[in-house]
Amino acid sequence: MKRKFALLAAVLMSLSMTIGCSRSSKNSEKDDDSAQTLTIEDKRYYKRFRNDGISINVYNWGEYISDGADEGTLDVNAEFEKLTGIKVNYTNYATNEELYAKLKGGGASYDVVIPSDYMISKMIKEKLIQPLNMENIPNYKYIMDNYRDLAYDPENAYSVPYTWGTVGIIYNAEEIDTPKEEIDWDILWNEKYKDQILMFDNPRDAFAIAEIMLGYSLNTEDPAELKAAADKLKEQKSIVQAYVMDEVFDKMAAGEALLAPYYAGDALTILEDNEDLDFAVPKSGTNLFVDAMCIPASAKQKEAAEMYINFMCEPDIAYANIDYICYSTPHSAAFEMLDEDVRSNSVSYPDSEFIAEKTDVFVNLSDDANETMSQLWTEMKSETANKWFVPIFLVSCITIIAFVLIRRHNKRKKDIF
Amino acid sequence: MKLKYFSAPYLVWMIVFILVPLLMIAYFAFTTDGGDFTIRNVSDVGQYANIFVRSIWLSLIATAICLVIAYPVAFILSRMDKHKQGTMLMIVMLPMWMNFLLRTYAWMTLLGNNGIINNMLGAVGLGPVRMINTSGAVVLGMVYNYLPFMILPLYSVMVKIDKSLLEAASDLGCSSASTLFRVVVPLTMPGITSGITMVFVPAISTFIISRMLGGGSNLLIGDLIEMQFLGNAYNPHLGAAISLVLMVIILVIMTVMNQFDPDDQVLI
Repeated sequence: MKRKFALLAAVLMSLSMTIGCSRSSKNSEKDDDSAQTLTIEDKRYYKRFRNDGISINVYNWGEYISDGADEGTLDVNAEFEKLTGIKVNYTNYATNEELYAKLKGGGASYDVVIPSDYMISKMIKEKLIQPLNMENIPNYKYIMDNYRDLAYDPENAYSVPYTWGTVGIIYNAEEIDTPKEEIDWDILWNEKYKDQILMFDNPRDAFAIAEIMLGYSLNTEDPAELKAAADKLKEQKSIVQAYVMDEVFDKMAAGEALLAPYYAGDALTILEDNEDLDFAVPKSGTNLFVDAMCIPASAKQKEAAEMYINFMCEPDIAYANIDYICYSTPHSAAFEMLDEDVRSNSVSYPDSEFIAEKTDVFVNLSDDANETMSQLWTEMKSETANKWFVPIFLVSCITIIAFVLIRRHNKRKKDIF
Repeated sequence: MKLKYFSAPYLVWMIVFILVPLLMIAYFAFTTDGGDFTIRNVSDVGQYANIFVRSIWLSLIATAICLVIAYPVAFILSRMDKHKQGTMLMIVMLPMWMNFLLRTYAWMTLLGNNGIINNMLGAVGLGPVRMINTSGAVVLGMVYNYLPFMILPLYSVMVKIDKSLLEAASDLGCSSASTLFRVVVPLTMPGITSGITMVFVPAISTFIISRMLGGGSNLLIGDLIEMQFLGNAYNPHLGAAISLVLMVIILVIMTVMNQFDPDDQVLI
């Protein structure tokens, strides 16, 4: 769920902002060991296509796999090629919508893709991805119960979870006295912090917050409930400083605002830049987002793709990836391998009871609901048009037209002589 | 006659990359997902009248400010020594060598509540001024980014005004104010109109400036169109309809502008 605002991301990269979290030296030593002693349980399984010379196309988010770029880390794709003899063509995308457009367009053929929750349910509905043969993915057993059979793929027939995270509130602990446990969504509506609040510039995430506060489902399609959520957001608008997405990195790090809801994985990066900041997951519940591996319906090498997915679920590989990406892992063995301080970090890993009971994943909304939501969102954002705009605009139009007419009239008079 | 053939590459370019996309926008604007004819998309645009008025208003202000700033600059430039002119022109162009996004991004840091300007104000005891996330910041972004587009056409017209014309005007008893309004302004009218076009059109359809400097709380047309294509509600038909309406508005405004374009101004 790295919703990268593509253009901006390019700029951010050029500003050499560090996306992803830095690893402690202790960790990389550990990587060193694991790189040398990569243990694969059932090596025979991976040898089937040894001499067939086939290749698979993997399409993933940018910066979303351990690629061996840092010293001592594992190059996952190279290890896979070494083990199986299958060549991996690895390419990146920046948004779910980009991936969707590629698959829908049908121009390119991919064997493994890693979309987010709501996009998976949309693709299932539109038959863009195909059911997996779980017999070929024995390592599915490592996926923790909390992340199985989620609403976007109720029987977990199409996807194997890769990473997850929650949405919470990044706040300035120096300026805000509310204790961490008591921070809840309503703090974003608190008049005391007028003009110190940043908000999601994306209707789905913004509505989700209002829906949690109102006690609705995150996936509600009821127009009345959506309307109520929009009203709630409208109420908040006067105290919001700005609606932002990736700008949150800079703004929070520079102390431009005190409060901002954002994704846990990215929050870790921001927290590193400014030590006054902290991250709280509101107790009344939140959105759980999951990125999961799927096989497009148009895949040419389904079995090899399943092998790749299984490989990604090998404990050592899953650990190397999660250690690199710094999102949270749904993989039980990889989780056990993480350092104690990472495991007990409440930003990445809120306790599992909370996850099971208080969080909800997005599923795809119907076209009607999407349209209603985006209309309400536009309305909310453009509401405070100054009442003088229209009259002043009309008056200036009339003035201009009058001026033109008078000029023409004068000119014609002159022409007569 | 042969010369005509040299225009063939541009003709092909125009058809493939300008005419066909325009027709496609029109097609999308008037069809549903299934390809049936509908005027619903276009009539839906009406609900966003607010946003249209706001965008037009802000870009008119930005254009006016650009004109006021650029006119004297261009005039001074055009009256300089020839070799100095080249250097000065380069300085005008210099910011444009940098990426547009990067420049706008820099303004975010300058205008922020804890930004450089507010820090300096704070140092001399002036309270923080709220600059970013306002309409003013959006106008500033537009002026900053599009100012060279106003200076250049004005300069290229002004540089052609013969010095002797100005001397003749003062010889014949014109005050400097009336020289300006009766000689220079009429002669530079083509530069003014093309400058206004070159600033107004990109300003009205910009989307990134309002998002970065306006805090995203006040949409402009560009944002609205972008949302239809890259937002959650993927609705290219409405997006195309909004673009179409925007084009018509620009066309109308340009027609009005052309009234000022004086074919016969030389006579005055």
